[in-house]
Amino acid sequence: MNGVHDLGGMQDMGPIQYERNEPVFHAPWESRVFAMFLAAGAWRKWNLDAFRHAREVLPPADYLLVSYYEQWLSCFARFAGQEGIGQRG
Amino acid sequence: MTTKRRDFLTGSLSAAGAAMTANLAHGQEHPDHEHQSVPSDPTLRVKALESLLVEKGLVDRNALDALVDTYENKIGPRNGARVVARAWVDPAYKARLLADATSAIAELGYSSKQGDRMLVVENTKKVHNVIVCTLCSCYPWPVLGLPPVWYKSAPYRSRVVIDPRGVLREFGLELPEDVEVRVWDSTAELRYLVLPERPAGTQSLNEEQLAALVTRDAMVGVARVAPPEAGGKP
Repeated sequence: MNGVHDLGGMQDMGPIQYERNEPVFHAPWESRVFAMFLAAGAWRKWNLDAFRHAREVLPPADYLLVSYYEQWLSCFARFAGQEGIGQRG
Repeated sequence: MTTKRRDFLTGSLSAAGAAMTANLAHGQEHPDHEHQSVPSDPTLRVKALESLLVEKGLVDRNALDALVDTYENKIGPRNGARVVARAWVDPAYKARLLADATSAIAELGYSSKQGDRMLVVENTKKVHNVIVCTLCSCYPWPVLGLPPVWYKSAPYRSRVVIDPRGVLREFGLELPEDVEVRVWDSTAELRYLVLPERPAGTQSLNEEQLAALVTRDAMVGVARVAPPEAGGKP
């Protein structure tokens, strides 16, 4: 599959934006998404491969434009929804 | 089909380029989110999701706090720096590290799912190694922690495999023509760590002082370890 995630060798993606003394997370919500994602591994219904697949089927424009942890959130929320986890009651 | 797909991709790339330009023009840190498929306020959405999972007993808030604390404060490039410093002072450890990195790294107490299999690649006067994950964001968590944004970004992932010298130059690292550059593309199953060259003038330093010189960028391979007089802090 040569989707947009297969970035190696693509051209004209612009300069590398290096951030000095970069924090591990750029906002508290990023750290919460990260932690929920890891904790959800214990449900044994969700793993790295499932996540990668979810990320790879994001619309190509979103893949390039949406920030990394927003992609995590989007993938995780979709997974939780599929499993009926995201519904109250 | 192929043509259509290419046209679509080209369109996407132009959109990304336009967003990047707009982004630079406005001096913002993140791209414009006008066309994204998730709501623009992730804070609220994440709070709602967390509350729901806690309410259902599917996650424990304390466990989440502990995970965040681990990756913000405990697991990071300091781990990798200790591995590198040990390899510099202990030839037998270095031999084990190059032969079976996973076990040698575990000897120092560093292991996890995200570094199940590790390969350490050694820089020499004639060979310079650099790591990337072109497909995703694979990175050796146990020794380097979580990857910086640039490592996960399209510009780095796309370009380091076709123009590594140009990319390294962008990081301020100019390699002589006679140095061979090797780029290692990580996968979820096999992750890499660069063993940088020990800088000159460090004979009198002990292991701990050496570890303090080793940076994350040097272990990814986008920098060299600077000698102490060039800004290192022994």
